Amino acid sequence: MKNNQMCRGARDLLPGDMTCFRYVEDTFRMSCCQWGYQEVRTPTLEYLHLFTAVGTLTPSKLSKVYSFLDWDGWSGERVVLRPDGTIPMARLYSRSLSEKTIARLFYVTNVFAFEATGKENREKWQCGVEFVGSSEPVADVEIMMLANEIMRKLGLGNIELELSHAGLVRALIKELKLDPEKEVDLVSAVLDGKWQALEETHVPDSNLHELLGILLNLQSKSSSFLHNARALASRFSQDIHQQLDDFVAITAILDKAGCNYNINLKAVKGFEYYTGLCFKLLTDGHEVGGGGRYNNLIPLIGGKDVPACGFALYIDSIMGLLPASCRKGDEGAIMITIEKDMTADRTALGFQLAQLLHRGGYTAILDFESGEPFRYRWSVVVTENEAIPFRVSDNQRNQQWDMALASDVVEMLEKQG
Amino acid sequence: MSTGLIRLALPKGTLLSPTSRLLNELTLGVEGYSSDARRYRLHSTEFSYITAKIFQEKDIPIQVAIGNYDLGICGADWVEELLARYLSSSLVKILNLNYGKSEICLVSHRHSNIPDIYVIGKERREWRIVSEYPNLAEAFALNLRLRDFKVFPVWGSAEVYLPEDAELAVLKIVHEQELVSRGFVCLRKLFPVTACLIANRESLENRGLHQILSRFASRRVESSRILRRQRTMTQAQPAIFHFQRGEQDVRVALPDGHQQVPTARVLKQAGLELQGYSTVEVCSRPGINLDWASIKVIRPQDMPLQVANGNFDLAITGEDWFREHIYRFPASPVKKLLDLGFGQVKIVAAVNTEVPVANIAQLRRYIQNGAYPCLRVASEYINIADRYLQDQHIGCYKLILTWGASEVFPPEDADLLIDNVQTGRTLIKQNLKVIDILFQSQACLIGNTQGFASRDKMKNINFIIRRLEKAVA
Repeated sequence: MKNNQMCRGARDLLPGDMTCFRYVEDTFRMSCCQWGYQEVRTPTLEYLHLFTAVGTLTPSKLSKVYSFLDWDGWSGERVVLRPDGTIPMARLYSRSLSEKTIARLFYVTNVFAFEATGKENREKWQCGVEFVGSSEPVADVEIMMLANEIMRKLGLGNIELELSHAGLVRALIKELKLDPEKEVDLVSAVLDGKWQALEETHVPDSNLHELLGILLNLQSKSSSFLHNARALASRFSQDIHQQLDDFVAITAILDKAGCNYNINLKAVKGFEYYTGLCFKLLTDGHEVGGGGRYNNLIPLIGGKDVPACGFALYIDSIMGLLPASCRKGDEGAIMITIEKDMTADRTALGFQLAQLLHRGGYTAILDFESGEPFRYRWSVVVTENEAIPFRVSDNQRNQQWDMALASDVVEMLEKQG
Repeated sequence: MSTGLIRLALPKGTLLSPTSRLLNELTLGVEGYSSDARRYRLHSTEFSYITAKIFQEKDIPIQVAIGNYDLGICGADWVEELLARYLSSSLVKILNLNYGKSEICLVSHRHSNIPDIYVIGKERREWRIVSEYPNLAEAFALNLRLRDFKVFPVWGSAEVYLPEDAELAVLKIVHEQELVSRGFVCLRKLFPVTACLIANRESLENRGLHQILSRFASRRVESSRILRRQRTMTQAQPAIFHFQRGEQDVRVALPDGHQQVPTARVLKQAGLELQGYSTVEVCSRPGINLDWASIKVIRPQDMPLQVANGNFDLAITGEDWFREHIYRFPASPVKKLLDLGFGQVKIVAAVNTEVPVANIAQLRRYIQNGAYPCLRVASEYINIADRYLQDQHIGCYKLILTWGASEVFPPEDADLLIDNVQTGRTLIKQNLKVIDILFQSQACLIGNTQGFASRDKMKNINFIIRRLEKAVA
């Protein structure tokens, strides 16, 4: 096989991978439905301009999008392979669902981003949730609880929730009262995760310097920390107060609900469209998801002034962390062997048995080549014996039964559980 | 690439003379590299392991990046243009050579009323950016966080499009004052340009380039006395144009270069008198004896896209460039209205004479038998070539976009050439043979089928078409 048959950074999902993928997807989908979220799907192609305005994607992310001119792109209008899950959802909401005061939506989608070495996936899968229409802290809490529940159901170990607050970070930067160009540069650096730029910025106001130091360098697992910071911030802008109040309100509910978290302002990066709380989800130290509040995004892309928040779980990362047992799919299957040179009516008997088993909810696989019936606990051989054609084997217990009717086989399997 | 040979890509055009002087100064002994060069492939008398080839400056970064050449000399603008889109390409800039000085700038026209660069970032409107450097223009627009912008790539004369057909242009500027005197405003200098020495990253890591590099490095950087004398911008012209357009006004694009003389002749036969469109003088906006028509002179390559976008109603270009556009944008509103009978060329597929195939079917079989791991195809007509190769079921191929003089690419740097030929003499000189004729091309009149805003305008457009029809009948 030539080695240039598959694009760099592309990946095939093999049967084991797909079983694992579906396990994540099904678990995610079931939880979302139970919380009253509805599934939607957006197209793979979107206009580039949806992602270019301030408050959508950072320039470093934009430099990695797959953009090109469509076949009717003579006007220079570029299209892009969806680089992000949330922005198309904001577009979908403002285009088709804006009459809804509250929209709870979820999706499973692929996103595309160039990665220079070609060793990492350039197409990644994520499952995401968007809660549109509420600016209340309960909405932020709801999505975090939902994310937490999905991760627990998936069986992921040592789940961690790291909290930051984009609104607070922006308000703090504004409080530095830098000249506009410097402020833009500093925000860009912080968005790229270069927190050092903020730490190294000269802050003439010593109180502000102290507050920044505390917020950036300390971590906490309780809302008390934010209460304390709120007390220290009394001299500063109303904006800082509001952002801290919001942060406190959310963490207070999480405290009461017994949901563990870690406040770490520097935990997130690339939060261009986030305006309030943002969070990162980890399991055993690996990042597997993230989300936050984005109150300006829907109006920015031409919709009504509607607040929203959401999160996404990174399916590729999660798949790598699940136990190997999640990749096995057909252990419970029953193998029906139709031996070579069998007559047409014998062969048809095998098909009839398979159909009957499928109706009974079993996985029944036909084996024509005498493959490996003993891989499975149960196997049935269709014999030449006209009166009693079915020989059923329990390969685990080394027991065999001969049976006349397909319905007998099903009945027996049901009894055996 | 053979292990011992070091390959140099050298520029044609304005950088040729100063580069030639530099190579002489460094006693690299590259013979025959002068403005009257008759050959494209050159050798060094000083170092037997050095060979060189002459390219269009714009082609050099890509040739070095893909590893066909170890070293190259070209303007930093073309290096940045490549890197703006292909960050991870194997291209390393080694030395500024301090000649060929200019500046890449973001330019607008004073009639567009853009006071400074910050207005562009803040205003919620669509910005049209025209440039020979579409990747740089896009990178710039993204960095400035423009919400809605369109980049129009052009082959040249980007400033001519301002202010009617675009608000902004990313241009190479040699003399800012001259630009200002023509009504343009430099909003931001993006970066300075000089000629530079570039290398392929793998060559730099693995090959013995040190002797050549040390000669370059030992040279003291001199002031650029050579380039101050050169003036690449055309002479200042009075900025006479109809910024406000009437509904009935017809805008016509006419070609520069080779097509200018026969176009002027046909227009004259049609009774359309032009001022400033003759062999003596070509203005960017010639006058015409129709008060409802305005003319602009642009590159024929750029016309279909400009007509599709409604910047022009009619244009005289070649069938080749019309097809190049239509193959890329099948739903484009541009239609061919009239063949004009001049500028006849054949668009052909050609290979080196030593390739044992006589036609495209034989080439396909030759490829199937494993002659090339992946066919390298050089062409100015990237979409025509792409369509042709797909139609011919050529499996794996790579397209190399060239900016003219494509015939120098085979056999070292391309296996197949898709190019236009008039007499075929150039191909023979380059040891090439034609294996297929894709189509015959000639000059034609094109128009935008959706552009007829009013009945008067339609009448005016039909007037020009009828006049031309009679002239070429």
